[in-house]
Amino acid sequence: MSKGVAITGMGIISAIGNNVEENYNSLISGNKGISRISKIDTVHENAIMVGEIAFTNQELEEQAGIPPDNNYSRTALLGLVAAKEAIKDANILDMAAYKTGLISATSVGGMDMTEKYYYDYLESDAHRKYIEGHHAGDSTQKIAEELGIEESLVTTISTACSSAANAIMYGARLIKSGKLDRVVVGGADCLSKFTINGFKTLMILSDTYNTPFDDNRKGLNLGEAAAFLVLESDALVAKENKKVLAYVKGYGNANDAYHQTASSENGDGATLAMEKALKVANLNPENIDYINAHGTATGNNDLSEGRAIIRVFKDAVPDFSSTKPYTGHTLAAAGGIEAVFSILALQNNVIFPNLNFTTPMKEFAIRPQVKLKEKKLNTVLSNSLGFGGNCSTVIFSK
Amino acid sequence: MKKVFINGCGVISAQKTFDNKEFLKEVITYNDRVMPVVNPVYKDFISGGAARRMALGVKMGVVASNLAMKDAQLESVDAIITGTGMGCLIDSEKFLSKLIDNNEEFLTPTSFIQSTHNTVGGQIALGIQCKGYNFTYVHSGVSFESALLDAQLQLSSGEEENILVGGVDENAPHTLEIHKLIKFIKEENTDTSSLLQSNTSGAIFGEGAGFFTLSTKEQESSYAEVVAVETLNTLSKENLEKKATSFLEENGSSIMDVDVIVLGNNGDVDFDGYYNVLSESIFADTQQVYYKHLSGEYNTASSFGFWLGAKILKTESIPEVVKLNQKQTSTLKTILLYNQYRGENHSFTLLKQC
Repeated sequence: MSKGVAITGMGIISAIGNNVEENYNSLISGNKGISRISKIDTVHENAIMVGEIAFTNQELEEQAGIPPDNNYSRTALLGLVAAKEAIKDANILDMAAYKTGLISATSVGGMDMTEKYYYDYLESDAHRKYIEGHHAGDSTQKIAEELGIEESLVTTISTACSSAANAIMYGARLIKSGKLDRVVVGGADCLSKFTINGFKTLMILSDTYNTPFDDNRKGLNLGEAAAFLVLESDALVAKENKKVLAYVKGYGNANDAYHQTASSENGDGATLAMEKALKVANLNPENIDYINAHGTATGNNDLSEGRAIIRVFKDAVPDFSSTKPYTGHTLAAAGGIEAVFSILALQNNVIFPNLNFTTPMKEFAIRPQVKLKEKKLNTVLSNSLGFGGNCSTVIFSK
Repeated sequence: MKKVFINGCGVISAQKTFDNKEFLKEVITYNDRVMPVVNPVYKDFISGGAARRMALGVKMGVVASNLAMKDAQLESVDAIITGTGMGCLIDSEKFLSKLIDNNEEFLTPTSFIQSTHNTVGGQIALGIQCKGYNFTYVHSGVSFESALLDAQLQLSSGEEENILVGGVDENAPHTLEIHKLIKFIKEENTDTSSLLQSNTSGAIFGEGAGFFTLSTKEQESSYAEVVAVETLNTLSKENLEKKATSFLEENGSSIMDVDVIVLGNNGDVDFDGYYNVLSESIFADTQQVYYKHLSGEYNTASSFGFWLGAKILKTESIPEVVKLNQKQTSTLKTILLYNQYRGENHSFTLLKQC
């Protein structure tokens, strides 16, 4: 039986830490990264809570080692910081030595700069350098350049909140097919007025800490983050005697084909995604030790996802939790940061708690894991569900 | 490895391409900086209410995919893979300008919902009730080719049988305005019939949708075989010849086998040099074809080039209007496509007669 695709490095920046170690420490100490917003001037500042990264753009530039005269969006800055950590972790010194690609994911792209200079662009040329930075592929192109990935497969996926999970999935398939020897996969999204107001109009932003799978859940907290993994072929791992953090064992993407934004009541898409991933992994539901749920704490998501989990796992639902109370919902990056969390869970044999949970949902009997739990873990399943009915599952194993 | 065939096409562009029975019979020339699309009658395909709610890109995508499925006589597909460089610009601009103009008050969710990059893929899935794999690639000039490569991988490995693949981009006023300011769009109205002689910077922008049903099964309607596709984030002019040659060799072909090369020239004096590297060297004696004087430039314009290549192979004919040079072509069996945008995001696609 195939072990899956090897993961040899990871990097992350989120509201609970600027690198993997800081994120892990926050996860096991129950430190939330949710606060009032400080870096975006919005009329909703007292009505919402967010998972904001403490660094200013200037501090991120310094951290990423790029000159001040640049046209990076915050998305690109966050992405670069996380991608550099992943490359370092994988101990890649010569990028050109093997066929290396980059698959990133974003939904916001350079919207933070576009919304800042939207009318200014028309009046003066002071900030026009950011115009080219708007499109979703720009941050990926910049990260590839900084990492030294040249003349190679570099692309971007944008399927709303499942984007980074899909980037991992596609990267794994490219390794399996032999198209690439090595691939950096993940995603990045910064906070923006555009998404804050978009989710506000949908009336799914909580005015307090988000509470996934709680009967009284009031909606999500938006967050910003970036995370990347390095995937390598078995041949390369053997040749270079690489340490392997974990494996991408299975994956599946399916569409709810139900509504442009809402998930179907019975979670058809999520059910299909989990079933496909189990099939690719050649595993049965009982082989899954922990589910890192999408669990955004919106009324619709948690009901639909919970029902899908019950459909797949029947009366033997494994321990599950959502880590959104720590980081907020980081949109296109969510599948990436939760991949890092899933790997950390596997490495440390620990299940991170679903914070803020008090009241079980009326619709079903399953309850998230609410306390930090030590348990031997061999496989973790991670869900990411998005607009456009886009549902993705990735399974990680030791 | 299974072979991958193009079994159906649906193309909406600045030319009347939505009628699959025709092949550039009448050509429209423009003298402008931006070209619009020739619209089919959308309500023949989508109910009036739904059509009114959809921005142009979504409408084009839904109808083009519908045409591609009809062309291949398919009722459903296993997966939908979309490429869009700029995404749903019309709704993004609508939401953002309202947000700024009204200081974050009085906003409604519709345009936000429809601004998401995977709106087209999601709407197609909703329309045909396709619960399969649904990806959207958003990487500038290789958005369409990224989708194509993904589909080719899944088909050749036998994972899926029929996949709908497409590229779609729409224009929106603010984006056009600022791209004029940074001179990505030509400063002067330019006659499309002499686009490559313009000798000016920038391109004539366009928009459109090109969707294709790819299948592992050859059938009566098949246009061509998709042999290979490769994308490269960077490529220098110095390495271009070598890369084109190695791409062909890795896929069992050679320069001599190429009967037609389809080039993405857009008349931008700063970047057409890439195409000249190939047209003046290894492919100097090959029949050369171009199309952006017909389609305009947009991130997924290469889906028009893909359609052109497929159509040339199926009809075994080359319309005069797309010829860059005049060469005797005894056979039309192998076509190489090359595209790049502003010196980045290069792609090679190899098509063969089936």
